[in-house]
Amino acid sequence: MKVVFERPSALSDKQTHYCPGCTHGIIHRLVAEAIDELDVREKTIGVASVGCSVLAYEYFNCDMQQAAHGRAPAVATGIKRVHPDKVVFTYQGDGDLASIGMAEIVHAAARGEKITTIFVNNTIYGMTGGQMAPTSLVGQKTTTSPYGRNPEHCGYPIRIAELLSTLQGAVSVARVSVHDVPNIIKAKKAIKKAFEVQLSGAGFSIVEVLSTCPTNWGKPPLEALNWLKENMIPYYPLGEYRTPEEVK
Amino acid sequence: MPKVEFDRERCKGCELCISVCPTKIIILDEKINKKGYKVATVHEMDKCIGCATCARICPDTVIKVYK
Repeated sequence: MKVVFERPSALSDKQTHYCPGCTHGIIHRLVAEAIDELDVREKTIGVASVGCSVLAYEYFNCDMQQAAHGRAPAVATGIKRVHPDKVVFTYQGDGDLASIGMAEIVHAAARGEKITTIFVNNTIYGMTGGQMAPTSLVGQKTTTSPYGRNPEHCGYPIRIAELLSTLQGAVSVARVSVHDVPNIIKAKKAIKKAFEVQLSGAGFSIVEVLSTCPTNWGKPPLEALNWLKENMIPYYPLGEYRTPEEVK
Repeated sequence: MPKVEFDRERCKGCELCISVCPTKIIILDEKINKKGYKVATVHEMDKCIGCATCARICPDTVIKVYK
């Protein structure tokens, strides 16, 4: 009898602080599996953001750096330019990347920095207690939009994958979800592909992963996965928005 | 014969594995772990097909699958 599934070696055995049913854990594992399969763990440097994933450096078994709020792409740019032979990725949530870090991500993508960004979008600020994020859906109830997000004074949620796919330097842009097992397998392929794009030296790659926040959405984990499927995917369609083939 | 191993202490009792198991053999144990969660466990291991669906959706890498 042989082992057909176990924790990837790029993931440490430390238990995560994430809430029960939080899909951060799944996404961490997918990133680690991609690193393992490409056999690049020894030369990978990750950059953690601010938010629930701030402690990602505890969970990945590779070199990690922790950046100031929203600045992970800027830190990753520095690391990659000094060590062009390393694999550099950032792991950022929507409160980090789409809000305070919007300038950094847009310019890192525009410059075509040869880094990979894993963007975890759960439409809410998780760590600080469930405030409205730039990605919160219209009508979504959060602690700072108790009657639902009103576009009259809060505007509309930002579609990051579509936005970045207009930039020439962003050669690989995809949006995936982890709400069920078939989609988890697709997400893994997309993450692996993003790392391969970086290894090929083509340019900037990003994978937006739709994720849940059961605690701050006020839903049990399974219900949260269904909420993602029914409410987030219609507004944030899944798919590849840019591939290196299109860029050529 | 396929089997799965659950690491009791890592489990947070989110029940996602229970929702996806095609043979419906995963249940929550009444006994809690050190963190205070009721943990997922398998009651009829001989029915396990080793598909690893439970392990793929588990956010806490609790499950190891043998086949």
